[in-house]
Amino acid sequence: MKDLSLHLIDILQNSTRAEATEVYVGLIYNETDKTLTLSIKDNGKGMSAEMVKNVTDPFCTSRTTRKVGLGIPLLKQNAEKTEGNFQIKSELNQGTTVSAVFKYEHVDMLPLGDIGGAMALTISSWEKTEFEFDYKKGDNEFNLKTQDMKEVLEGVPLSNPQVINYIKEIINENIK
Amino acid sequence: MNKIKSLDDLRKIKADVEGKMKLREHSENAENLVQIKVAMATCGIASGAKTVMDFLVSDLDKRNIPAVVTQTGCMGYCYAEPTIEVTKPGEEPIVFGYVDTKKAEEIITKYILTGELVDGIIPVNYEKIEDKKN
Ligand SMILES: Nc1ncnc2c1ncn2[C@@H]1O[C@H](COP(=O)(O)OP(=O)(O)O)[C@@H](O)[C@H]1O
Ligand SMILES: [Mg+2]
Repeated sequence: MKDLSLHLIDILQNSTRAEATEVYVGLIYNETDKTLTLSIKDNGKGMSAEMVKNVTDPFCTSRTTRKVGLGIPLLKQNAEKTEGNFQIKSELNQGTTVSAVFKYEHVDMLPLGDIGGAMALTISSWEKTEFEFDYKKGDNEFNLKTQDMKEVLEGVPLSNPQVINYIKEIINENIK
Repeated sequence: MNKIKSLDDLRKIKADVEGKMKLREHSENAENLVQIKVAMATCGIASGAKTVMDFLVSDLDKRNIPAVVTQTGCMGYCYAEPTIEVTKPGEEPIVFGYVDTKKAEEIITKYILTGELVDGIIPVNYEKIEDKKN
């Protein structure tokens, strides 16, 4: 994957496929440690301890359409390349948290890419799932929840192109 | 701490969208929308599906074609990614492979607007994407 936004779309799809109804995305900088933590937490169907152990292995997938699962191994590899780390916590029927820690000053750090677009295209594709996006870098903080947006929209769908563009821009503006 | 845009901007967008929806009332019904699914599992994303999806959303909007573009999981055609499934109102879905923005433009101009077929159709022995278990 050429940037973090593409990983984000990919990992979020694991959550929606696991039938999560609530998904949290955190993009949190720690300027003391020079780390950026991307975390995705869902309340989907979770994984067994056995599955969690195997999931960073590229041949592990529960899909039947294709034999290898590469999403998680690729994210882990990109985090570790920056001398960061990677973790998955999961419990059956409870949910899953994936956290990738990047050392953002490392030469192998990926660009962020279009994080706003990644969120917008995911939010608009799974309108029934509630998403929360959370950003922190020093004194800059930004938070966006689909619940709040739905209240304002009163039935105008999140998949409306103008709404998609709004989500993309509000996020990208605020994480500059 | 919203810097430039806030939920107030969303309120304006909502009013604007509702105004437009009134103008073209019947074309907004779900059955009159062109539905496009973009396969965005790992292989799809790695081969450029996000760029294609961005293009489809904005180009259809620009041309005022009522449509809903959504992501879907692995369609099982990794070799032909990015792939998209296009369903015109009242018609059977058609899956196109190797879609880049140029191909997407051609699909809109030819297949969606005039019904002309374009290269890159993947024969599907018939099973819609939703019916597939990821
Ligand atoms: N958030 C999640 N909730 C439940 N299961 C998950 C989650 N993320 C990953 N998995 C499991 O791990 C497997 C491997 O994930 P991944 O590496 O992304 O490959 P793929 O999604 O292509 O199978 C998935 O098929 C799924 O069974
Ligand atoms: Mg995956």
